This record gives sequence, C-alpha cells and structure tokens, in this order.
Amino acid sequence: MHNKLHFIDVLGRTTGAHRKQDPDSFEYTLPAEITSIYPLTASEKLYQIQIIDPELRNRFSFKPGQFVMLELPGIGEAPFSISSSPVRRGDLELCIRAVGNFTNFLAKMERGAKVGITGPFGTHFPLEKMQGNDILLIGGGLGIVPLRSPLLAVLENRSRYGRVDIMYGAKSPMELLFTYQYEEWRRFDITLGITVDKADKGWKGRTGLITELLQERIKQTTSLRENTYAIVCGPPVMFHFVCKMLTEAGLPMQKMFVSLERRMHCGRGKCCRCNIGSTYTCLDGPVFDYWSVMNLKEAI
Amino acid sequence: MIFKVFKNQELARLHELLAVNIVVGPVAKGNDRNGKPLYDFDVVYDFNELALDYTQTVHSPKRFVLPYQETLSTFAVNRKDWEKHVDFNVYRPLVFFGMHACDINALNKLDLVLAQSTYPNPYYMGKRKNLFIIGIDCKPEPQCFCRSMGTDSAIHGFDVFLTDLGGKYFAEILSATAFDLLGQISCQDPSAKDLALYKQATNGKNKHYTAQVETSDLTKILDLEFESPAWDYWGEKCLSCGTCANVCPTCYCYGVEEHVDLDLQHASKTKSLHSCNLIDFAKVAGGHNFRPTSASRLKYRYYHKHRGFVEAFEESLCVGCGRCGTACLADITPPEVIASVRGKE
Repeated sequence: MHNKLHFIDVLGRTTGAHRKQDPDSFEYTLPAEITSIYPLTASEKLYQIQIIDPELRNRFSFKPGQFVMLELPGIGEAPFSISSSPVRRGDLELCIRAVGNFTNFLAKMERGAKVGITGPFGTHFPLEKMQGNDILLIGGGLGIVPLRSPLLAVLENRSRYGRVDIMYGAKSPMELLFTYQYEEWRRFDITLGITVDKADKGWKGRTGLITELLQERIKQTTSLRENTYAIVCGPPVMFHFVCKMLTEAGLPMQKMFVSLERRMHCGRGKCCRCNIGSTYTCLDGPVFDYWSVMNLKEAI
Repeated sequence: MIFKVFKNQELARLHELLAVNIVVGPVAKGNDRNGKPLYDFDVVYDFNELALDYTQTVHSPKRFVLPYQETLSTFAVNRKDWEKHVDFNVYRPLVFFGMHACDINALNKLDLVLAQSTYPNPYYMGKRKNLFIIGIDCKPEPQCFCRSMGTDSAIHGFDVFLTDLGGKYFAEILSATAFDLLGQISCQDPSAKDLALYKQATNGKNKHYTAQVETSDLTKILDLEFESPAWDYWGEKCLSCGTCANVCPTCYCYGVEEHVDLDLQHASKTKSLHSCNLIDFAKVAGGHNFRPTSASRLKYRYYHKHRGFVEAFEESLCVGCGRCGTACLADITPPEVIASVRGKE
C-alpha cells in the first residue's frame, strides 16, 4: 500500500501573502452591509455598502478607478466601479442602474441587507502624477460614476491640483446623477459644465453634445499639451469623439485616461469574459491610457 | 534527467503498483461513423482496459483539472445574514496513465495562467498538484500540428515519460515518486543501443507530420490582418456552437452562476466552462454585445490563442493537437484558418 500517492493539500496554507498571490483567498468574500440607499434617478440608486468587520473595513484600501465585485448570495456576482472617496476605505458607495437580473434584484433590496464584497480589482487613475496639473473630467451618462471617486480624491487635497473641470452630459435632466452635490463641488472651485441631449420644461441649463462643452473649454487655453490630464468615461461613441478632439487639441495620449466596461465573471484574470483582444480588462484595466486603448483591437 | 529502460510486460506491473490510487487513462469508446476507433480518458480499473496505443482522445484531459461544471462555494442563507463555505473540490491524488506530449504541454500552459500568475486559482492548483502523470509517446495523426507549435515533446510537467522502443520502454524520470516506483519493477539503465533506438524512434516520428502551421511572426501578422476578409469567410461557416472550446485542452474561459435552493436556506455558486464562440460571451447587462458576430468571436479565439497569450507568457496557448478541427461541425481547422489569414490558399 506504500504506493498510495501522498495527497497535497492546498487548503489552509494561508501564509499571510498578499491576496493577489494567496490561493486560499481566491474565493474569499468580505461580509458587508447596505447601510443606506439613495435613489438618484428613476433607475439609478447610490448604495452605501460598509464592510462589517471594522478592522477589515479599515484595512480595505483602494485607489480611484478600481472596482469591486459585489456578491448577492444565490443571485450572482458583478463588477462595479467604486464612486466613493478612497479616504473612506471600506465604507463604499456604489452607484448602480437597475438594468439586468442582478441589478434589478439589488434595486429591490433594503437597508440592512447583507451582501459580499471582493476586491478591489484593476488599475486606477494615476492621481499622484496629476498633482500640479489641470484635470479634465469628462463623463457621459453613467460614466460620471467612476469619475466621482477621482473627483472626491481631488477635493480631499484640492490645493495640490490646478484647474479642475467636470464636463458631464446626460440624455435628459431627469437622468443627471449626483445633482445634490453640484453646489458643493463648485464651492471647491470645480468648473462644472453640464449638458443634456433633450431638455424638459424646467431645464435652464444647456442642451447639446458634450463635445460642444469640450470645444469651449479647449478654446480657453492655447494648448493642452503641457500640464493637463484628462479622464474620460462614457459610452464607446463618446470616447471616440472626445478622445479625437482632445488629441487634436494637443493632449498627449498617455495623459488621457479612460475607464472601460466589459462583462466579468471573476475579476481575477481567469474567466476571460472581459478580454479585449486578449488584454484582461480586470487586470490591465479598467483604467487604460488612450495609447493602450488605441493599441487594443475592438476596445472602443 | 534520469533514464531507464524496462520490458513492455513490466508495464502491467507498474499499473498494478499504482492501482491503489485512482487511475485514469485512455480507453476505447467504440467507433465513429467511418469506423475509426474513438478514445477518451476515463477511470481505469483493469490494465487491459488501457488503450496505450490510442491515436487521440476525443476530449482533452482538462476535465480532470478543470471540470466542465464545478461548485465554487455554497451559502447558508437566512433572512438576515448569510455564510459562505468554500470547498476547492480536491480530495485525492489521481494517476494519469498514458498522456501524450501535447496534453502534458497543455497542462503546462494552463499552469502559467491559472497557477503562476496573479490570483492563482486554488480549484485548479489543488487538482493539478495531485496529478501523477505517466506520459507516453504517440504517432502523429493527420490533424496534428504540434510540431509547428513546439509541443511535440514534453520536457516538464510529468512524472515519467515512456517511449516504446519495440519490446522495451524508454523511461524519462522527472520525480522522486516515479523513480521509487520504477525501482519496484525490473528495469535497467539504458545501453548505447537503447539510446540509438530512442533517437531513431523520435526521428521516425518527425517524418509523419502532415499538417502544419506557419508560426513565424504570427503574432504580428494577426495584428496586421485584423480586418482581413478571411475572418468573415470563416465566421460565415462557424456555427458558434463552442464545440472547439469543449474539446480544446487549453480553453479555460468560464461563466459563473448562482442558484438558490428550493428551501431558500441554501445557495450555491457554480462555475461552468464557457466558450468565446457562444453568442452571450461578451454580452453585458442592458443588451450590448461587444462581439455580436460569429466572425468577431471566432477571430477573438484565434487572437487569444496565438497572440494574446504570447504577449503575456511568450508562448502560444495552442498545442496543435487538432482536436478542434476534428470536432468542428463546419470543418474549420486552425492550419487552414491561419494559412488563409496569412493570405495563402
């Protein structure tokens, strides 16, 4: 019987290695609780999700642009960009539109519900490089959601950055997100430009495409080549026009960042569902500089 | 590496020694419609069931390390809270008796992405580490292009590799367990004549390759030919059925689903292997599909195998076993697809 092979157990060998290297933590989910829910529009809600264990909550650190996998046991798991400030650590805010099975179920959940959080995953916007520079935050529709985290991080240290512009376009005034925070952002000397595709009766702001807003901003400076960074997030068609316009205005491709959306089933570079060409959006993205995106086939 | 030779009849003894473990090997599974014998890997209880002279198994050995369906975790759920239980589904070692070099190389390639990259996958690692692999040489089949992919011989990833010298097996030993095991059967150090026979056997094998893929600069050519009409030609033929990924030894893409039990007290999270050729592969909530056409999905499969994996790990993910071409209902084979993308008829 001595030829019975020795069983190699991979379980229970946690060595304190970083979770990226530790196989034991592959399927580990942080228990979390929905502490509050703000309806923002008819279909989007802002969920405050807090990691229950105070120590784990404090140890949870992320950078703006990264995402988490939100798990509803028995329903599914899906990736969401974090829209809260990184200083709040494991006290997260996720803005989620009810659009599929998972998010529609989530929309029916109430405060106090227990969920699971895994992450953070992916690359981030390099805010450290952006210090001392002007920043253009350009968002279309739900694209404002991943922009809110870098924006809040900038507000934490407002004096370290130059002029900060937000250009935000939505289909209609009813679909504008975070409206209650616009005044607060303006108080921090953020130039806020908002445009909608289709105005309603009460709308006093501007109507038109986001590229018109951007055109005006570009005219105010001679060139974007020096000391400007841009973060762009929105539907693929918007990327196309906005990035082209920024390039023409002289902004170098490596100073323009985009956040891409793909289907994901693991977040850990294993399921291949998020591959663009063959680049994993979950490991090498979701934040890419425009140069990398240009080199990715079928990215935008 | 340590080499030994032993007589063919000693192989039964080797199986007998290992039979205290679960042994998996190639077994005959009837004939196809042309009368050609079919083989597949299955649990073997009797040495005589082993078909070690098999041509190629229909399915790859990947299901023993990457099951087609696997429960990742279970949940105990109540109204207020839930608890997650994780089981990596690794229970016992497995002996693989008779694996060809291409399949060994396929496991080595899976190791790169599933065990040696960031976020190593314990479900895979546990099963892989508990494999004892006896490799065996093969005769190239018409669909095999492993020589083009550099996977016609295995240099690591097995415990012992056997080459039939006619009446004798030439054994390359890679692990202490295998060395110990061969010590229990009657085997000798190879003589100069054995070495000559071994070289003759490998040379003889090389003459039998018919299919081939031109791999020089393939990553660059794929990049240049992204818009090639060849993709539309093959895309039109492709049925988007995912059979190629099913039989492929290195396709590891998957999808995850969660289910609630009828008692509403338990839930489970299940992983199922998927295929990038299936229509919903890149479809996101809200209905947008990043790869809506069969041509774009077929193209993506080739890009992942022959370009993306090379970018990440300096080698192609394809081992050239040709199973996808054999299994394809539309007769799409990698040598033909790559030749047409290169512009050769």
